[in-house]
Parts: sequence; structure tokens; C-alpha cells
Amino acid sequence: MIIKSLDPRISRAQISDEPGTEQELKPLEHFETYEVFHQKKRGTHHQHVGTVHAPNPEMALLFGKEQYGRRGVCVNIWVARTTDIFASDYDDDDIFSTTPDKQYREAAPYKVMDRINAYKAKQGS
Amino acid sequence: MNEKYTRAVKELLYKMADDLLILGHRNSEWTGIGPMLEEDISFSSMAQDKIGQSLALYQLLNNLGEAEPDTVAFTRNQQQFHNCQLVEYPIGEYDFSLMRHFLFDNAELLRYDLMMDSSYEPLAKLARKFKGELKYHKFHGDTFVMQLGKGTAESKRRMQDSLNFCWNLALGIFEESPYESTLVDEGIWKGEAYLKLRWLEAVEPILAEAGLTIPDSSTWKPVYGGRTGKHTENLQPLLEEMTEVFRVDPGAEW
Repeated sequence: MIIKSLDPRISRAQISDEPGTEQELKPLEHFETYEVFHQKKRGTHHQHVGTVHAPNPEMALLFGKEQYGRRGVCVNIWVARTTDIFASDYDDDDIFSTTPDKQYREAAPYKVMDRINAYKAKQGS
Repeated sequence: MNEKYTRAVKELLYKMADDLLILGHRNSEWTGIGPMLEEDISFSSMAQDKIGQSLALYQLLNNLGEAEPDTVAFTRNQQQFHNCQLVEYPIGEYDFSLMRHFLFDNAELLRYDLMMDSSYEPLAKLARKFKGELKYHKFHGDTFVMQLGKGTAESKRRMQDSLNFCWNLALGIFEESPYESTLVDEGIWKGEAYLKLRWLEAVEPILAEAGLTIPDSSTWKPVYGGRTGKHTENLQPLLEEMTEVFRVDPGAEW
């Protein structure tokens, strides 16, 4: 049986409800995806906010604005083809495994407050 | 403001607000059934923008002594609506809705651009406020027309058919007001005839680049009447649906 739905997009896709009959999508049936980044204020970094389907960068920008820029403050949007993102492999996540041990890379543990307070006291006197 | 000035401004505000309310309502009919999720959200957002803009204009009318925005929006009969006929047609297929949106919103951006210099300061202020929204609406319409005009044979044919169907209706946007000379002389705005020229200059190159052909100018017959309350059979059912909840309980708090 073909699934009938009030949503024309579902009906149009002619999806069978028999298990194991899923079909490959034809070309043009599905767009590629773009990653969307938005910037809350000029000068700050762009932040990844999500993904949109689109046939080209212009349309990705068009959709990205309304998907992710319609609520809250936004001054600029970037989009990038998902396939253009070069990512590390989760199998290699051990490259990060000893990072939490290297606390000497954090500025926080340095005991500088004594010296800062001493300097301030000196300035004030 | 003298009486003539006020009357001209009111007529102008009514037709602009009615265009936005009716097209906003029409376009919202795509919510939930748009061609793809991303576009569903974008088109619905723009429909919402239009309703919001119409509210701001009805509010100006209210400040000029007209009834409350809700009363104006939900209790008038169709002869009292001054929207152009283009905006009242049913949503049809998506190609029609997109073409209507492209033609209408190109005119809107230019219209409000001209109104930023209006001698009627509250309108100039609103025009400046709407600018960003309208820019996106035009960007959306232009991008889709370009995409589908240059797309497949079917998408091109559909956009061309819709352009042919919409053209004379779109020319009807620029039906002149009985107060046109007051509007121009008093610096309220430069008027429909001027806007129409600017609009043609704007849409012609985009349609040409998209590979679509504007009907031959010998066939142009602007569809007028909307601005004086003459409407097609499509408006009344829309008004009935739009006002259904209001009529059940006009005093309801939202």
C-alpha cells in the first residue's frame, strides 16, 4: 500500500508501507545540505547553528536566514556545503584523550592573584 | 493636516494595508504544505511579516480616527477592501504563488523606498522600519524566479505560464487613487505612475536573466477595480475564513 497523507509532500513521494521496499531517491528529488553559521554581533565569531537543504549557496542563504536567523539577534550568515567541511574522524578521537590532563595549558591555575593584589596595594599607597 | 490631505493619506494607507493583509493571509495558506520544510518556514515567515506590516498601517489609520485594527480587519465587507485583485486569487500551484510574490514584493520594496521620504512622517518612519523585511522578501522572490526560470523545462514552463497569468493583474497594483494629485503635490509620495515605471525597470532585467518573457506590451490590460472595492469571487470566501473565529466571539481576549 502507498502511504496516503494529508501532507501532499508525503503523498507525492509515493512511499510504500511494506517493510523492505524503500527506494533510492532520484536525482533532483533531494537537495544537498549546507551548514549554517550565524554571527550575533559584528566582530564576534560565527557560530554553527544547523543545517538546511538547498540546491545552491544562494538558496541556502535564503533558507538559513529564516531557519536560524528569524529569532534573536543576527547580523550575518555564512553557509558552507556540508561536503566541504573537512572533519576529523571519530575513530581518531584518542588524539584528544590526554588533553584534560594538561592543566598547565590553562591560564586559570596560575597563582597570579597574590602578585596582582600586591601591585594594586602598592599603586594605591 | 487639512481635510484633503488626511483623506488622501487614509485612502493610501487602506489600500496598502489591505494588500498586505490579504496577501499575508493567502500566503499563510501554504503553511504546513509548502514544497519543502525550509521553504515552508521561509514563506510562512514572510506571510507573518505581511500581516504585521498591515497591523502597523491599520494602527496609523486608527491614529487618524478610523476604527481599531481588529475591527477594520475583521468586520468590513468585501466592497470596503481596497486591495488589488492580484492578491486575492487563491494560492493555486506553487509557481503561481511564487510569481505573484515576486511581482508584488518587487513593487513593495520600491513603494516603501519612495515612502521613506514622505511628508507624512508616521508613514516615512514605518517605511524605514519595514525596509529590512521587504529586502528579504525581494531577495526570496528574485532567487526563486532565477532558480526556476533556469531550472528544468517544466519549471521554466510553469513560471512562464504564471507570469502570463499574473502580468495584467500585477499591472493592476498601480491603479491610481482619486487623490493621486494631492498625494504627489503634498509630497506624501511620488504616486502609482512613477512606481510602475520603477517597477518595470526592476523586474524586466531579472525576468530576462531568468529566461522568462514578459507578455507583449500590446496585450497589456491592467486589471483595475480592486482599489475601489470591486473584487473577484475569490475575496469573499477568504474573508469568511479569515473572520470565522472573530465572529464566534468578537470580544475575545488573545
